[in-house]
Amino acid sequence: MSESVIPTTAVEISRAVRAGELSAREVLEVHLSVIDGREGEINAFNLVLADEARIAADAVDRRVADGGDPGLLAGVPLAVKDNLCTRGIPTTCSSRILEGWRPPYDATVVSRVSAAGAISVGKTNLDEFAMGSSTENSAFGPTRNPRDISRVPGGSSGGSAAAVAAGFAPISLGSDTGGSIRQPAALCGVVGVKPTYGLVSRYGLIAFASSLDQVGPFSTTVADSALLLEAIAGHDPLDSTSIPDADTGAARSLLSVLHDGVAGLRVGLVTELMGEGIAPDVAARVRQAAEALAAAGAEVGEVSIPALSYGLSAYYLIAPAEASSNLARYDGVRYGMRVDADTTAQMNTATRTAGFGAEVKRRIMLGTYALSAGYYDAYYGKALKVRTLICRDFAAAYQNFDVLLTPTSPTTAFRFGEKTADPLSMYLNDICTIPTNLAGHPAMSLPFGAGADGMPVGVQLMAPALGEATMFRAAAVLEAAAPDLSEALQ
Amino acid sequence: MSKVALLARLELTDAELDTYTDQLAAIIDHAADVAALDLADVPPTAHPLPIENVLRPDVVTPSVDRDEVLSQAPSVEDRRFRVPAILGEEP
Repeated sequence: MSESVIPTTAVEISRAVRAGELSAREVLEVHLSVIDGREGEINAFNLVLADEARIAADAVDRRVADGGDPGLLAGVPLAVKDNLCTRGIPTTCSSRILEGWRPPYDATVVSRVSAAGAISVGKTNLDEFAMGSSTENSAFGPTRNPRDISRVPGGSSGGSAAAVAAGFAPISLGSDTGGSIRQPAALCGVVGVKPTYGLVSRYGLIAFASSLDQVGPFSTTVADSALLLEAIAGHDPLDSTSIPDADTGAARSLLSVLHDGVAGLRVGLVTELMGEGIAPDVAARVRQAAEALAAAGAEVGEVSIPALSYGLSAYYLIAPAEASSNLARYDGVRYGMRVDADTTAQMNTATRTAGFGAEVKRRIMLGTYALSAGYYDAYYGKALKVRTLICRDFAAAYQNFDVLLTPTSPTTAFRFGEKTADPLSMYLNDICTIPTNLAGHPAMSLPFGAGADGMPVGVQLMAPALGEATMFRAAAVLEAAAPDLSEALQ
Repeated sequence: MSKVALLARLELTDAELDTYTDQLAAIIDHAADVAALDLADVPPTAHPLPIENVLRPDVVTPSVDRDEVLSQAPSVEDRRFRVPAILGEEP
């Protein structure tokens, strides 16, 4: 059994396992040995589930042997962001306040990948409560970028992105509130997708900002993200914001459109996200991606979306406001950490003070301030109105374009500590990814060569609500045209 | 900032209060572009999709296991969450 005989993609692994050509167990053992070899320096995982994974893999192999259907992700190792609840298995959000907590239920996405035969190999590291863009805010130490361990993997789903980039698992699950799947995907040189709000269930995803959060896939190929998204998408009665299946058919049928090409597809290069603040090498790669789409028959043009310039400000009022409300539940009463005190109010305060890290406290403070009497209208109320402007401007752009193309992140992966002292500079990382969360639209990042420093560059495709199929068509064309990741921009 | 910390049930040191005051001021300054907009005629968007209240049939179905939930609580008494005194204290 050598690594070379094991396919590297979920599509190939599941096909081989279903056909009985490979056992889920041998696929798993190869991946566990890769984890053993490199997890020490990467720190992608809060918890590796080797024993549980072996039991699950053997169960898949028995199902294959018995002639049963082992599922569309049969035997595919998968890493799960540690803000997705796993029954009986510690789920920490990389926060001291939830250390040791074992959820009494599975997130719907976790149940779905498990039912589809995927083998969960571990819970991945993140910025505490998904608040951050570098995984430096984890209470359990940062994750390192597998392509250069002196650099951050991005965040907040840095562990899930690094796990795929390091070959620990071909696919993983993350969550994206303002770019937390797409930005780490870009920085680690993998594919990451934020689906349309409501396409994937949020049940069991520990809430950060409920009107923005969405679960989505990481992978090394566009087809693997299509496969994983098909497996997790669909209505869930346990999530009241989940869209009925009758409305999402096309958005759940993705593998079948990957060879459809982009002839006649109207692609808009977004002016506001190609100028100031975007590194020249990143912008050059995005232009190169636009040329590749044009060469494949797409009609490429420039489009202005003026309200995008307010996206960052609106997001950093709305998301902290929702977070300050969502995180009120960590009060030491029902789960997680408790710091004892004489009264319940003192216990609440002592627990939260000891349990939350600096960035989480900063956002709770910001959100509490934005929602407080006298400031609500000026900040939170205004931000909600700006959200309307962003939705309107997107709608106008999608009158003339089918998909939009932008950078995913303004720069390639930066070094540890470079942005921790200045929160605003860290927040500026999210400038290209935030607008789609505010609008509820789908977007994805895929690697398109490297920047001047040899680190991966991610390009972002955006589409209107439930436009996943069109977005994946364009992604498949870009993937085929992408320069090698080892090819630095000259 | 002390008032905000009290509302958020956080106890911050003087040094933390100073740091957060500066950092939040920078963020709020950045948001000045939003605060300055005249948006009197623009309706707010609290949620990206048009959503309706969701009801289910009024039928009893199994819920999360009570003992499993209580097993994760910091303190339990008589199958309930136990907390310190809640009466006669400051808000």
